Amino acid sequence: MESVLGRYRNLVILVGVLFLQILGLAVQVKRSNDTENTRLIRVWAVDAITPFERVLIWAQNGTGNLWHNYVYLRGVRAENRQLKDQIEQLRLEQVRLNDDAAQAHRLQALLAFKEQFIAKTVAAQVIGSSGTDASRLLYIDKGENQHLKRDMAVITADGIVGKVLQVYPSVSQVLLINDQSSGVGTILEKSRLQGVLKGTANGQVALEGVMSDEQVSPGEAVLTSGGDQIFPKGLPVGTVTKVSTGKDLFLNIGIKPAVNLSKLEEVLVVVERQERQTTVQDVGRVRAADILAQRLPSVPDKPPSPTASAGAAAAGSAAAGAANAAAKPALKPEGKTQVGSTTAGSPVATPKVATPKVSAPKPAATAADQAASGTPKPDVQNGAQNGSPNMPPPKSAPAAGSATNAASGGAAGGAAPASKPTPDPATTQDSPH
Amino acid sequence: VPITYTSGEQVEVYRFSLPVTVGVPLLALFVQAFVPRRFPGFAVYLDLPLLVTIFFAMARRNPISGLFTGAVIGLLQDMLGGNQIGIYGIAKTVVGYLASSLGVKLDVENAGARLLLTLGFYLIHSAVYFTVAKGMVSLSQNWSWSRGVLAALANAFLGVILYFFLDKFKQRA
Repeated sequence: MESVLGRYRNLVILVGVLFLQILGLAVQVKRSNDTENTRLIRVWAVDAITPFERVLIWAQNGTGNLWHNYVYLRGVRAENRQLKDQIEQLRLEQVRLNDDAAQAHRLQALLAFKEQFIAKTVAAQVIGSSGTDASRLLYIDKGENQHLKRDMAVITADGIVGKVLQVYPSVSQVLLINDQSSGVGTILEKSRLQGVLKGTANGQVALEGVMSDEQVSPGEAVLTSGGDQIFPKGLPVGTVTKVSTGKDLFLNIGIKPAVNLSKLEEVLVVVERQERQTTVQDVGRVRAADILAQRLPSVPDKPPSPTASAGAAAAGSAAAGAANAAAKPALKPEGKTQVGSTTAGSPVATPKVATPKVSAPKPAATAADQAASGTPKPDVQNGAQNGSPNMPPPKSAPAAGSATNAASGGAAGGAAPASKPTPDPATTQDSPH
Repeated sequence: VPITYTSGEQVEVYRFSLPVTVGVPLLALFVQAFVPRRFPGFAVYLDLPLLVTIFFAMARRNPISGLFTGAVIGLLQDMLGGNQIGIYGIAKTVVGYLASSLGVKLDVENAGARLLLTLGFYLIHSAVYFTVAKGMVSLSQNWSWSRGVLAALANAFLGVILYFFLDKFKQRA
């Protein structure tokens, strides 16, 4: 026996070493389903390698900055001029987008939407990779000391990058979205189909879980759905590049990531997210024109007539529903219906409906007036009560006009003097008349 | 008397100083982790830790030393990745053992032999890695002959150049 062992000593040792490694691997495979802590040996390896990477990055950046910021300034003046022009254009664009955003906020408030905000991010620099194409990981220069935790989302301005996989004191490991073990809850922008974004063995990204009878076209944008509880909803993920029928009942959808994952230098780690319900106070600025319009005396109100309701109906399709509501004042409105009519921009009928008996959560007129004027209403319920028969009923047609403006995207137009805004029940008590 | 294809001079056993023994594998691991940050294809086609394993194993001509060199370098490489620790360890242990065993029998100082050996070892390494990753750890792996051969050639050519520089650190045992 001894002679055999002596003769095949090398082979025996080889088998022994391989056996130990296989055993170690087996232990890991067995435990990989559990919630495992970071192994100390992995911490040591990362701590041994990353300081060199940090130093090299620091030296590289220092040299690069010195060159680009102090030496190589050719064409900077022309670029500066070009950027100034661009800023002017963007300012104009911003004004338009602000109005759109304010309108969206008002509508969200009306619908009691809960919004997710990226409250705090930490900028980090990519300092290394896993070095193999078997696992697609990055190392970033921020860690536990900067309050990073596992499963935090990692993004750039272009879109999502991945999630924090392991956190070390001053370094973190980021799992890219094109890794095989990665999974992101996504939604297609136009078709609103949901699926799971997975990485493939060759580093591509595919969308899984979309049924083959659905219509998905190349070029469609993919956004995060927020369903994975890691990425906030609505972040860009990529675009559909190819669609084909898969083996099972699902489509094979190839995705081109919005971020160039192979050339990342800086990333943002989302360290804090907030979820809050959009409130009326969030609604955009109160414009002087609105305040002025509310304080102006209005034309005495006319009794409700079918023509007024018809005029309102002409202003928007949903106004017809509101006219029905006017015709049936005793009808107790349901929350959903109210919301539906509100979004359609029908402020006409509800003040007449809104007797103290009606415990409507949000009278349509009040809500739509808000949308039209952008003025926060302190209390919807009070508004409903103020709209009692004792109060002069508001004019129908101008109100419809103002709401229509708001609903058609002209939030600014909604405050136009031509709309002669109807005093809102909630604000009537404050108005001079 | 074992039949070998090497002369007495060619089976000269070499050793390396401690800084070289420790520093060169660490440098290879560092470069392997750092360079793909700018050149992603580097990690796909080149495997510096493997080349260093082959070089040390062939130069020492001691199978035990070779397999341990491969095991340590492979395990370190595993630790930098996100998968289970041991896959590269097993693959490089096998390569280290084979390289040092062949180093005894073949003339491994010749550039042509080095090219062919590195090419072969890369394919063996890939095959072992693929088998372990797919069969044991259930990692999704796509085997591509074209990519494998291309990567083997790239590593072989790089290996010949690298070995030329690493030869400077050899010390006669």
